[in-house]
Amino acid sequence: MANVPAARHLLRAKDLADARYFEPLAVADLAAAAGLSPAHFSRRFKATFGESPHQYLLTRRLERAAALLRATDWSVAAICFAVGAQSVGSFTASFHRVFGMPPLAYRAAFPPAERHLRIPRCVALAYGRPQNRTFREDNTRGASLALTSANAHGGPDDQDRERAVLGA
Amino acid sequence: MIKIANAQFWVHDQDEALAFYTRKLGWEVRSDVTMEAWSFRWLCVGPPGQDGTGLVLMPVPGPPLLDDESSARMAELVAKGAGGTLFLETDDCQAAYDDLSARGVTFNDPPTKQPYGIDTSFRDPSGNNIRLTQVMEFDPSRV
Repeated sequence: MANVPAARHLLRAKDLADARYFEPLAVADLAAAAGLSPAHFSRRFKATFGESPHQYLLTRRLERAAALLRATDWSVAAICFAVGAQSVGSFTASFHRVFGMPPLAYRAAFPPAERHLRIPRCVALAYGRPQNRTFREDNTRGASLALTSANAHGGPDDQDRERAVLGA
Repeated sequence: MIKIANAQFWVHDQDEALAFYTRKLGWEVRSDVTMEAWSFRWLCVGPPGQDGTGLVLMPVPGPPLLDDESSARMAELVAKGAGGTLFLETDDCQAAYDDLSARGVTFNDPPTKQPYGIDTSFRDPSGNNIRLTQVMEFDPSRV
C-alpha cells in the first residue's frame, strides 16, 4: 500500500465534521476517523489546520445554525438540536460569543425568511386564495399575527407577503 | 440561457422528508418557512456545494386544490413509486452507497455497471425514486 501522508487521515476527520456535524459527534469520533488517539489527534489537527478539532466542529455547527436562522422560521432550540448541539444554553452562549449577538438578534438583522422566499407564482395562485373565512376567524388570525409580530419573526402583513411573491 | 432551478417531489409527510434528506442524505435546508395565512410550508433542500439547485418537498394537496379522491389517488401513486425520479451524480458510486447504507438508506439495487457508468437507486420515505450515477465514458461493453 502506498505511503499516505498523515494529513490525509486528518482531512478525513475534518470531512466527517463537515458532513455529519448534526450528529452527536465528539472529538473522540473525529480522532477515530483519523485513526489516532484523541490527545495525539487534537495536537496534529491543530498543527495541520490551525485550530483545534473541537473549535472546528463548534464553528461548523454555528455557521450552519446562522444559515438556518436566515433561511427558516425554526425556533432557536430546534436549530440548536438540528446542528448537533446538545444544550440550548451553551449553544446560545457560543453563538453570542462568536457572532457578537444572540441568535434571535442575528435573525432580526436579516430580512425575515418569509420575505425573501421566492415563492413561484403557481404556488401563490394555488395556495394564496382566501378560503371562505368568516370575519370572526379573520379577527382571531389578525390578533395572533399581531402577537407574533412582537417576536423576532417580524410577522409581515399580507401586503408585504404579496409584494414578496410578486417580486419573485 | 435557461437553467433548472428547483425540482419538486410530492411527499406524504414534510417532517419525515426533511429528516430523510438532511439527516440521512446530509443535504442542507435551503428554506423552510410556514406561511400560516396560506396553510402552506415552503420546504426546500439541496446538496451542499450546489447552491443554485434544490428540491422542493410539497405535501400532496387536498381540497380546495385537489378533491379528496384525486388527493388520495395521487398519494397512492407516489407510494407505488410512480411519483417521478430525481437523477443525482457522484464521483464514487460505491463509496456513496456504502456511506448511505451505513446511514440507514435502503437501496433498490447495489452499484451496477452500465455502459454510461456505475449506478444505483434508492427511494425517499414517500416512495420517490432517486437514481445515483457515477458517470463514466460511454462503453457498450461495460455491463
